[in-house]
Amino acid sequence: MSDAQPDARPRAMHDLGGVSRFLCEGIDTEPHALTEFDRTVDAIRQILGAKGVMSVDELRRGIEAIPEADYLRLSYYEKWIRSITDNLLARGVITQAELQAALARC
Amino acid sequence: MLTPGTTVRVRDDWPETRGPCHIRTPHYLRGRTGTVLRHLGDFRNPEDLAFARPAATLPLYHVAFTPQAIWPDAGAGEIVVELFEPWLEPL
Amino acid sequence: MTALLETKGDRLLAAIRHLLAEKGIATHPEIKAAIERTDRASPAQGARMVARAWTDPAFRALMLEDGAKAAESLGIPMRGLPPLGVLENTETTHNLVVCTLCSCYPRGVLGYPPFWFKSVAYRARAVRDPAGVLAEWGTILPANTAIRVVDSTADYRWMVLPRRPAETEGWNEERLAALVTAEAMIGVTVPVVS
Repeated sequence: MSDAQPDARPRAMHDLGGVSRFLCEGIDTEPHALTEFDRTVDAIRQILGAKGVMSVDELRRGIEAIPEADYLRLSYYEKWIRSITDNLLARGVITQAELQAALARC
Repeated sequence: MLTPGTTVRVRDDWPETRGPCHIRTPHYLRGRTGTVLRHLGDFRNPEDLAFARPAATLPLYHVAFTPQAIWPDAGAGEIVVELFEPWLEPL
Repeated sequence: MTALLETKGDRLLAAIRHLLAEKGIATHPEIKAAIERTDRASPAQGARMVARAWTDPAFRALMLEDGAKAAESLGIPMRGLPPLGVLENTETTHNLVVCTLCSCYPRGVLGYPPFWFKSVAYRARAVRDPAGVLAEWGTILPANTAIRVVDSTADYRWMVLPRRPAETEGWNEERLAALVTAEAMIGVTVPVVS
């Protein structure tokens, strides 16, 4: 498998080092200010980590489970909130019913 | 314990093909040969932490690789990556 | 996950905030405090460390040996944060930090990671075309300087200790620190006297 061309190996879609398809993409070097949304999601992640509810490893795994097209489309913290939600449901911290009810109200 | 200067090969293994997993060994290093720079410490296995499973504490190493051995079009230089011991085979 | 992907992030956050507050897991005051605490970390802290290292050889040695301990000695809180590795730039080696798998960043000393650090283009290109990445910032290195790319894959967080520009003889730490940006401490630029 190591002789295969780098791009022919079965890499996970988030495993981006050296991937040919992105080599010609320019880097947006401009500063992008964080929004209230961004800061809040970040803060929630820290609190969940500090309280042992969800580790950073679980956060990453949840992000990696996002389908490729959405992974590339969604913003950074939009991926985070989805992973957080996914993990809270998987851990039974919140239920699907609770989530639907809360969404209906928001 | 792997000592500095040890030549190692990263296992050419692809758990991604066998089901849900969380791997912190980049794809571009699988099957590649590198040199151990130093032991960084011992840390719990993220592959298990990611699934809230009991996680073994494993030695973590800083390992150096040559980019041109991975991608012929790469510039000269070095890539250094943190890798856990089970992924490294001493040569 | 599919249904989650169709729900707008704002709505999801509002729902999650509500549920976490209701269950006492993450209350509004706790969230506010976490935001304030995180906002206190910024590249200025890393810059202070670099300026001190440029003027104090003992601090430089400590910083290279144990980055977190060096940060703490300057009053930068690092308890509970991942170990901090410091990469020394020399005439022959220039360090560049990336996290190809996600966005691991030395937040304790540099604050939130910049947009570009988290971008797909940066994560894909840094390990394979570091000179091209540096060129996006107009950074050209001398021919005898090799680039070492450090991919943050595990528990350490990495920052670069850039080289002190030659024209800064006699400068005090405050003036030196002002030269040092997040970009220089990740390695996409070098400090320049304008």
